[in-house]
Amino acid sequence: MPMSATEVRDLSKEFLEHVYAIPEGEKINQCIQCGTCSASCPSAEAMEYGPREIIAALRAGMLDRMFESNTVWLCASCYLCTVRCPAGIPFTDVMYELKRLGVKKGLYAKGTPNAVMARIFVDSVQRYGRNAEMRLIRLFFMKTNPLKGVGMVPLGLKLLKKKRLKFGVKKIKGIEGLRKMLAAVEEEEAQR
Amino acid sequence: MTEATVKKKLVYSYFPGCSLEGTNEAYDVSTRNAARVLGVELRELEDWNCCGATAYVAVNEKKSFVLSARNLALAEKAGLDLVTVCSGCYLALYKANKYIGRNPKLRAEVRNALRAGGLDFAGNVRVRHFLEVVVNDVGEDAVKRHVVRPLQGLRVVCYHGCQIGRPFGDIDDPEKPNLMDRLLSWLGAEPLDFPMSSKCCGGLMMTTHPEVGMKLTGAVLKCACRRKADAIITACPLCQVNLESRQEEICRLVGCDCGIPVMYFTQAMGTALGLGSKELSLGDSLTPVEEVLSAKGVLS
Repeated sequence: MPMSATEVRDLSKEFLEHVYAIPEGEKINQCIQCGTCSASCPSAEAMEYGPREIIAALRAGMLDRMFESNTVWLCASCYLCTVRCPAGIPFTDVMYELKRLGVKKGLYAKGTPNAVMARIFVDSVQRYGRNAEMRLIRLFFMKTNPLKGVGMVPLGLKLLKKKRLKFGVKKIKGIEGLRKMLAAVEEEEAQR
Repeated sequence: MTEATVKKKLVYSYFPGCSLEGTNEAYDVSTRNAARVLGVELRELEDWNCCGATAYVAVNEKKSFVLSARNLALAEKAGLDLVTVCSGCYLALYKANKYIGRNPKLRAEVRNALRAGGLDFAGNVRVRHFLEVVVNDVGEDAVKRHVVRPLQGLRVVCYHGCQIGRPFGDIDDPEKPNLMDRLLSWLGAEPLDFPMSSKCCGGLMMTTHPEVGMKLTGAVLKCACRRKADAIITACPLCQVNLESRQEEICRLVGCDCGIPVMYFTQAMGTALGLGSKELSLGDSLTPVEEVLSAKGVLS
């Protein structure tokens, strides 16, 4: 269902509050729509909206469209837009903020592969304190496209032959302490 | 050389990262062994945890900073610079350190979280990439002194990837990095001009959006191929896996036929330092790394 104008305004407000908390984040207001970010982005070709259009949409009260598009999740964090932006906008961080807001509000197409992967990754860290590669890949294909997972079998076998697949996951010794630290962040966020 | 530089001890805390415990063990093995030959002591950070990289930041940034900060706090206790060879870990730790240092509110929140788990962090740690440590701390003279099998006749392209120079540009140029080119020339190899050096390999998209990722990796492979390089040298486990794992398929897609070996800079360096295939885990590669080094007569 499309968002009402009020909902989009609230969403944009929350988005900007978070962006302003990023070092240099307030520079987002100085965007001159030159398109250097879109011209530099290695994934732009595959994106439904280019990076420049994100700020255009924000200004036009259409930020909700960005969450529905594939744009945000195709950012691979190469930081080329960030180093080239003439206004000094940390654009990769802006992309991350869009991902986070999308995850928080459930505003992404169901099964968006990068979003699924990110959530499995976070869960691994909560359980073990580290990422577990094999678990990540297995759960990722199970939750997105098991058929594609089957297509990965030849590569898996090659890696297996080289003993490069590690199945066990070692839990860090300080896992309890680490969980307390992460819980403290949650508490602090809940109080706001 | 001043007395101070002679006496400088090359001891660091070492952060392997999750990927080096998994598919990229060869990077860990070759790093530790090459460091030993260079007289660099890498002490593994006790009970390190996930750095909080890319996939985590996409869900919760504050928590990702706390994950990094736990490692920074452990390194601070050890009193040594924190060194990693994974560019993803490097940037996550470096960025967290920088942002925590610059933002008092964030610092207070992160310290508060750390204390809940019995740690604290005053902000006195440097995060380093091992590549930069070799180039700047070990330095040209010492590296050259340790070379016993110069990589003569080995034409290489140095693929730095994104997260060494970007976004901060503190250790190398954001768009034209050359740390590895300098190092490889000290080792006797011939680094070729490589316009793709800091272009994106597609990162995690090789798994999540292969139709996008394969094109990006393909452009890197094709460029290396056109330059008739004998090998691509990498400094990031994810770049390495992307360039080697589905190489044939990607080459077909972009119309080249190179079968090009891809190796970590630590494997190339270790070879020049006289280490053997086993000590560098060269056999782990899915590309003909051992073959090309043997053909050039540089493998011990």
